[in-house]
Amino acid sequence: MNAYRSIIITSSALLLLMLATFVGCSKKQEVGGVGDAPAKVYVAPGTYDEFYAFMSGGFSGQVSVYGLPSGRLFRVIPVFGQDPEKAYGYSEETKPLLNTTHGFIPWDDAHHPQLSVTDGQTDGRWLFINGNNTPRIARIDLTTFETVETIEIPNSGGNHGSPYLTPNTEYVVASTRFSVPIPQKDVPISSYKENFKGTISYIKVDSATGRMNLAFQILVPGINYDLSRAGKGPSYGWSFFSSYNSEQANTQLEVNASQNDKDFIAAVNWKLAEELVAQGKGEQWPASYYHNYMDAADVGKSEVMSGVRVLNAKEHPGLVYYLPTPKSPHGCDVDPSGEYIVAGGKLAALIPVHSFSKLQRAIANKDFDGEYDGIPILKYESVIAGEVKEPGLGPLHTEFDGLGYGYTSMFLSSEIVKWKIGTWEVVDRIPTYYSIGHLMIPGGDTKQPYGKYVVALNKITKDRYLPTGPELTQSAQLIDITGDKMKLLLDFPTIGEPHYAQACPATLIKDKSKRWYPIEENHNPYAIKAEGDARVERDGKTVHVYMSTIRTHFAPDNIEGVKVGDKVYFHVTNLEQDWDVPHGFSVMGSTNSELLILPGQTRTILWEPKQAGVIPFYCTDFCSALHQEMQGWIRVSS
Amino acid sequence: MLSFTYFFPLWEITLEAPQYPEGLGLEIWINQMQGQHPGDLNKINNLNHYIGMKTIKPESIPELKIMPWVMRGVMLLGLLVAATGRRSWLTFWLLIFIAVAAAGLVDFYLWGYDYGHNLDTEHAIIKVPGMSYQPPVIGAKKLLNFRAISLPGIGGWIAIGSFTIGLLVWLWEMRRQRKPATNAA
Repeated sequence: MNAYRSIIITSSALLLLMLATFVGCSKKQEVGGVGDAPAKVYVAPGTYDEFYAFMSGGFSGQVSVYGLPSGRLFRVIPVFGQDPEKAYGYSEETKPLLNTTHGFIPWDDAHHPQLSVTDGQTDGRWLFINGNNTPRIARIDLTTFETVETIEIPNSGGNHGSPYLTPNTEYVVASTRFSVPIPQKDVPISSYKENFKGTISYIKVDSATGRMNLAFQILVPGINYDLSRAGKGPSYGWSFFSSYNSEQANTQLEVNASQNDKDFIAAVNWKLAEELVAQGKGEQWPASYYHNYMDAADVGKSEVMSGVRVLNAKEHPGLVYYLPTPKSPHGCDVDPSGEYIVAGGKLAALIPVHSFSKLQRAIANKDFDGEYDGIPILKYESVIAGEVKEPGLGPLHTEFDGLGYGYTSMFLSSEIVKWKIGTWEVVDRIPTYYSIGHLMIPGGDTKQPYGKYVVALNKITKDRYLPTGPELTQSAQLIDITGDKMKLLLDFPTIGEPHYAQACPATLIKDKSKRWYPIEENHNPYAIKAEGDARVERDGKTVHVYMSTIRTHFAPDNIEGVKVGDKVYFHVTNLEQDWDVPHGFSVMGSTNSELLILPGQTRTILWEPKQAGVIPFYCTDFCSALHQEMQGWIRVSS
Repeated sequence: MLSFTYFFPLWEITLEAPQYPEGLGLEIWINQMQGQHPGDLNKINNLNHYIGMKTIKPESIPELKIMPWVMRGVMLLGLLVAATGRRSWLTFWLLIFIAVAAAGLVDFYLWGYDYGHNLDTEHAIIKVPGMSYQPPVIGAKKLLNFRAISLPGIGGWIAIGSFTIGLLVWLWEMRRQRKPATNAA
């Protein structure tokens, strides 16, 4: 029986894929960005873009910053990956940000950037992003566009549904993608059903400093938790998580996790969880995880945290409910009013929309359809507000324009579909090139979206750009949504996989941007405040070079007395107090990277001389007319 | 009114160059010298080292210590003159004011001359034969890639305003004293 169903599902999936290919081919000839499109994306020299867009670098572990509508790349912010351009993860100050209980991990799979919010609106303070592979969350300070904090998530097998924020950035969430034995133990994989569990973590964010702190975890049935959104307005106090593999299959998931007609969206009452924790409910579980942050001296610190409070969902009635949702839902999005929860059923031929008020009524009336591993399942008919019929193939994610419309990405049919909230009618559709994953409307997940554009984040580009061998760039496409018909304006290439993105008006960020670090506030223990303090100090086999840099010289620029086998730390302080004047520093044969030292900052790099001689060092960032003269030598004796 | 000169810069030297779209300049206050924006003094000193100019250290400029006392003297004297209401005293006060202002501008010129001419030619990186870098006392001047503009600041305008009021009172008093004289004739 099972095998028979598998065959049907596999063949229909194949049919979908073939259909998708066919649809893709038929659209291949179309060209976008014509008519008045150039004028709509042209940002004249010397003028600014209207929006900052923050795009995940996917498997590059980075975040890239683009301007909209121009599609110009401004900066790549290293988060989970080392970046030789900025010495991030190479300098002694930033290395601690990449520490985990598995050791130093200079990579992750970064998926979902989330801008901090106040009262459900973007506030332009911080950007959070998840590390999917080795469960982590990072925080980027938007005054400096630098990663300032990372926290590891214990009891998790993969941090996918993350770091979706509650409406006042009270919490960032982290939900397990891969369920695993929790706590970890050596068991047969085939014992998945008995032994595997998932967790949903709530990490408290300090409203003044942004500092993260793991508040509590909720132990949930062992299925895959995928994406999340927090409720807002009437649904404030709840978060919603899409899930799949309710079959709890542990092999051939492609087929075996696609058996059930419906999987779930988990509705979590986080306000109740907060109360339970305040009452001392739940258990303190052993756990070990790293919390890394840049301290007041702008030096990375790693703290190993222990223990976490865990609430077992099935022991606390009212904490978690399951909403049945067709066919392996992926996206899980809440409309601006906070009433509707939209799911994207990857393999479904419709988009189900749940109603929060119906959900409340169903809970009150106990309209349950049994339970799943101790969690009540609500009746589909009792919670569903409507279904968007025949939207296309492979609905994934939905964002909103604030004018009463939802926009859903369709992976298989490579298009964006616009539909009306309430009537659930499809009103427009536009092809994307090709295989769109997430889509993004500036503020499209907030209470009041800014609208104006939808950005398609595409997985493949095939014939859209000059070819670069077997691997082609991934891309974003900018589409105008101000009229009745969506209009393609621009294609632009992206860094790594443009998994998800968020955007906000530039005015929220640009005027708060830091221009330099005031030298008098530099508390790095190896900082020097004036050139006269530059010196070399030996401590056993360790040499500390306290070096200053300013246009256009280093002090000291002749260093002697270093021996083969020494550990030489160059502590370089940039004495400039001028915007956009960093200096670089690099030594010949360094096995590390350069340093990029921002004005007023101190950065340290370790160099271990291997052979005797006189080795040059120099500034790597062209800083002024005499940049080429900015050099020196270090003498190494045997 | 003159006490306001404590709260605003007396004079401003603004430097314009393509690389400084955000503006760059010096403010001369009655008792201090500072950048128009945070970091400006540091930037100006850093630029000046290319041409061998001395580092501007506000704490080592004696005028900034003397000027507040001079200004206090002028203010106190002004109050006394106002209290007496005597025109001859006002004349005296106006003359003193002119003398102080002239001395200030001459001092400013000499200071600018010293900084602009007294260069460390041995360590100067950019040497243009015959070139000096004296900022103008008032007005604009092109110095290499910079245009230096020197103008009174708000405090300077207040001082000028104070003097003008004094002068108007003096003129008005003169007219008033003349009128009865013509009537008598």
